[in-house]
Amino acid sequence: MNPHDEHKEGIGGMANPGRYGIERVAYWLMRLTGLGLLGYFVAHIYETSNILKGRVGWEEFLALTQTTEGHIFMTLVIGMCVFHTVNGIRVMLGHGGVGVGKPARPDYPYLPASQNARHKMGIYSAIVLAAVAMMYGMAVMFGE
Amino acid sequence: MAQSYEIDEKKSLTSKVVTLRIARFNPEKDSDTKFMEFIVNVEKWTTVLEAILDVKQHFDHSVAVRYSCRQATCGSCGMVINGKPRLACFTKVSELQSEVVTVEPMHNFPIIRDLTVRFDRLFNTHHKVKPYLIRDDSEITSNTKEFLQSPEELEQFIQFSNCIKCGLCNSACPTMATDSSFVGPQALAQAYRYVADSRDKGKDTRLKIIDESHGIWRCHFAGSCSQVCPKGVDPAMGIQLLRGYMLGFRS
Repeated sequence: MNPHDEHKEGIGGMANPGRYGIERVAYWLMRLTGLGLLGYFVAHIYETSNILKGRVGWEEFLALTQTTEGHIFMTLVIGMCVFHTVNGIRVMLGHGGVGVGKPARPDYPYLPASQNARHKMGIYSAIVLAAVAMMYGMAVMFGE
Repeated sequence: MAQSYEIDEKKSLTSKVVTLRIARFNPEKDSDTKFMEFIVNVEKWTTVLEAILDVKQHFDHSVAVRYSCRQATCGSCGMVINGKPRLACFTKVSELQSEVVTVEPMHNFPIIRDLTVRFDRLFNTHHKVKPYLIRDDSEITSNTKEFLQSPEELEQFIQFSNCIKCGLCNSACPTMATDSSFVGPQALAQAYRYVADSRDKGKDTRLKIIDESHGIWRCHFAGSCSQVCPKGVDPAMGIQLLRGYMLGFRS
C-alpha cells in the first residue's frame, strides 16, 4: 500500500516527544517505561524459574545481578517503576476527569485548561522521584 | 529535490526574507514527497497562508492549498507548519521565529495533492457521534416553544461548540498516528459537547457508540490535541470529562 494513502505519522510521529511540551514527553516515557517493565517482568519470570535447577543453579544466576551491569539494569528498573507508578496515578486521575479543569468560554490565546500546572507538576514530580529513587538504588547497590 | 525561487516584488524597508519550503506530492504521479523552496519577503504581520498565496501568485500557481475565510473561522487551511499542525491563516511567519518555514500536509489525513488533504474520515467520525440534539419533542411541538437553558448549563458545553472541524487535533493525536480505526479527538469532543447539553436526551446512544475498543478508551491523555486547537476547544478536557462520567467518577 502506498504510505501516502493514509499519510499516517506512524510510530516515529507518535514517539516524537519534541513538539508538544512536557505532556507528550510524559506520554512517550509512559510507553517506554511500560515496555521496559514488561520486558523486566518476562526476565524476572525467567530468573525465578532458575530455582528449578536447584540451589547452585539459582545462586549462579543470581550472581549476574551482583555485577556492575546487573546493578545498572536494576537501577533502570527502579526508575521505570517509580515513573510509571507516579505518572500512572496522574493519568488515572485525569482519565476520571479529575484535575482537568472546568469547561468555560475560552479566551485568546486559548491556553488549554486540561494542560494545567497541577498536571505539569505531577509529571515533573514523577521524573524527579524516579531520579531520586535511581540515585538511592545506586547508592545502596554500588555502596555495598 | 529542492528548487529555489525568489520573489522581489514585495521587498520593503521593513520586510524580512524567509525560505518557504512547500511539500509537493501528487499521489497519481509521484512516488514520494518533494520540497520546493521559495525565497519570500514577509512583513511582521504576514501569515503563512499569505506567503503561500504569494508563491501561487508570483511563481507557481499549481501549488494546491485549501483556504477560504482567512480568519480562522472556516477551518480549511490546516497544515503542518514547522513540524506542528496549525492554521496557515492564523499563524504569522514572524511568530515562528525561523528563517525557514516548512509547510506540509496534515498528518493522518490522505493527501489529495500538495497541502490539500481529504476530510472524509473526520466528517464520518463526526457524523458517527450524532452531533445534533436528540429528543422526542421539538421546539415547534413543545408547549414552551423553546428549550430554556440557564447560563450555567450553557457553560458546560459552549466551549466545545467552537469546533471548526479543521482537523488539527486529529493530526496531532499520537493514537491517530498509528490507529486507523480510532474515532479521534474531534469526534470525541463533540460527543461530550452533546452529552453535556441539558437539552439533549441522546446520552445513552452516544455513549454506546464511543464505548468500543477504538473509541474513547484509546485516548491516553497526551493532550497534543488541545495544544494545537486554534479555537480553545480543549478536546482533551472534553474526552477526560466524558470518560470520567463513563467510569462513574462524575455525575
